[in-house]
Amino acid sequence: MKIIKQASAGTMESSDAYVEIEPRDNGLDIHIESVVEQQFGEKIEATVREVLAEFDLNDAEVRIVDRGALECVIRARVETAIQRGGGEV
Amino acid sequence: MSKLVKSIKEVVELVGLKDGMTVSFHHHLRNGDYVLNMVMAEIAAKGLRDINVNASSLFDTHAPILEHISNGVVTGIAADYIGAGVGRAISEGILEKPVQFYTHGGRASSISLGRTPIDVAFIAAPTSDPMGNCSGKYGKSACGSLGYAFADAMYAKKVVVITDNLVPYPLTDFSISEDYIDYVVEVDAIGNPKGIVSGTTKITRDPVGLVMAAHAAKVIEASGLLKDGFSFQTGAGGASLAAAKFLKDIMVEKQIQGSFGLGGITGYMVDMLKAGCFRTLMDVQCFDLTAVESLRENPNHQEISALQYASPSCKSAVVDSLDVVILGATEIDTDFNVNVHTDSNGYIMGGSGGHSDTAAGAKLSMIIAPMFRARLPIVTESVTCVSTPGQTVDVLVTQGGIAVNPRRKELADNLKSAGLPIIDINELKEKTERITGSPKKLNRGDRVVAEVIGREGNLCDKIYSVSKK
Repeated sequence: MKIIKQASAGTMESSDAYVEIEPRDNGLDIHIESVVEQQFGEKIEATVREVLAEFDLNDAEVRIVDRGALECVIRARVETAIQRGGGEV
Repeated sequence: MSKLVKSIKEVVELVGLKDGMTVSFHHHLRNGDYVLNMVMAEIAAKGLRDINVNASSLFDTHAPILEHISNGVVTGIAADYIGAGVGRAISEGILEKPVQFYTHGGRASSISLGRTPIDVAFIAAPTSDPMGNCSGKYGKSACGSLGYAFADAMYAKKVVVITDNLVPYPLTDFSISEDYIDYVVEVDAIGNPKGIVSGTTKITRDPVGLVMAAHAAKVIEASGLLKDGFSFQTGAGGASLAAAKFLKDIMVEKQIQGSFGLGGITGYMVDMLKAGCFRTLMDVQCFDLTAVESLRENPNHQEISALQYASPSCKSAVVDSLDVVILGATEIDTDFNVNVHTDSNGYIMGGSGGHSDTAAGAKLSMIIAPMFRARLPIVTESVTCVSTPGQTVDVLVTQGGIAVNPRRKELADNLKSAGLPIIDINELKEKTERITGSPKKLNRGDRVVAEVIGREGNLCDKIYSVSKK
């Protein structure tokens, strides 16, 4: 899959995450801002990379503002953002 | 003889304040308080330095104190609670000397024993007469009980009453009496009524909170303590209030008449008094307008001092007669130690208040908290800060089960027989981490920014600066 337009998913509510995704030409650029950065920063990035890999996405800019979302929530928000912004190559 | 002084500026001269002295304040006007800032501004204007501030609590409205710290006017702080605004700056290391955190009972006790002597106490009083007989029950800035101010009035070398409702002598229904008061100052306003008392705090509608509250009420019922003469304290958090509501239903249905409700009094406790659940409310602090009105109107609603509330060095304190207390936590570890001082990133945003005092005194001390908040598990291996020692905490109620301190085996048996979902606290930790993942431990800074003093005056824990990763 390829990101063909800017898209977003999620909210800024506590325990949710807000995900924005944009087209990019060369590689992945992932920005994470989280209220639990110290405790879960690495896990959040791993989750995001996993979901991107599941969609076979190698080029995208992803920005996440995490408000303490559980892993399943982060997965869901990233998946939705991808499907909203993506198209088949 | 006149005690009336025209201005705070003048009284700061008269009391003989010098560099290095200690001034004190109470926090009954909470986030609406003007008095601490007004007094400290005059102290700064006079050019005094190295002043210690002993305040029963500091709220965000007291942020101007940070400037006095930066300028060297204030170099020491003692408090029972510090809100997130001032707390953040303390955690980032603005003050060289560590903050001394007391409990409400420990603060009053330390003052009465002369361990933390006060040179000048400034007492914000919603109503006073010219001789300093004063009360929190009347006036446009009414806050109800003046419980935390009594020790300051009784033991400070000089005592100044600051009021915005001066009434003719004598004020009959006074709380603090003229024999302790040196000076009285009238000002336009001692506080902003909107910040002094909240409207009625709502009980939670969050389903998780309601499950916890229902469990909490059932734990109390199954503990064997819920019978005639029962006594109770609860916090003002949404889930704690919901627990009080469920408890009231049980008490009314079973026609149980308790002896007293204690605290931090809210409208919900007043409802319980009116419904006959208690004979008396013992009130060290009013949280809302309903409580203020009840304290003023109902003779069964009694104001008490922080000394009588919780001092461990008094001949007896009300907490010693308390059956059940419901308390909150930001973290609790597998040894049942509770943190209420710092947030999940190690920043100061609270304090013990009466947490440790009531936990130590009550026959059943209960923590009520969700399994996790914003992905952070409530149960940790070891808390960032020991606010209340685990040996005084009996049970943790979450939506994922009820963990009983292994020291209270008979309680665990009672709860099990009542069909309540008991879980080992280590299992509860694992169960939670299966949902949240296991958090990495926080890095802490290398400077001690606060010391947590236990209610007996012992060093309970140290709080470290926050490291930027």
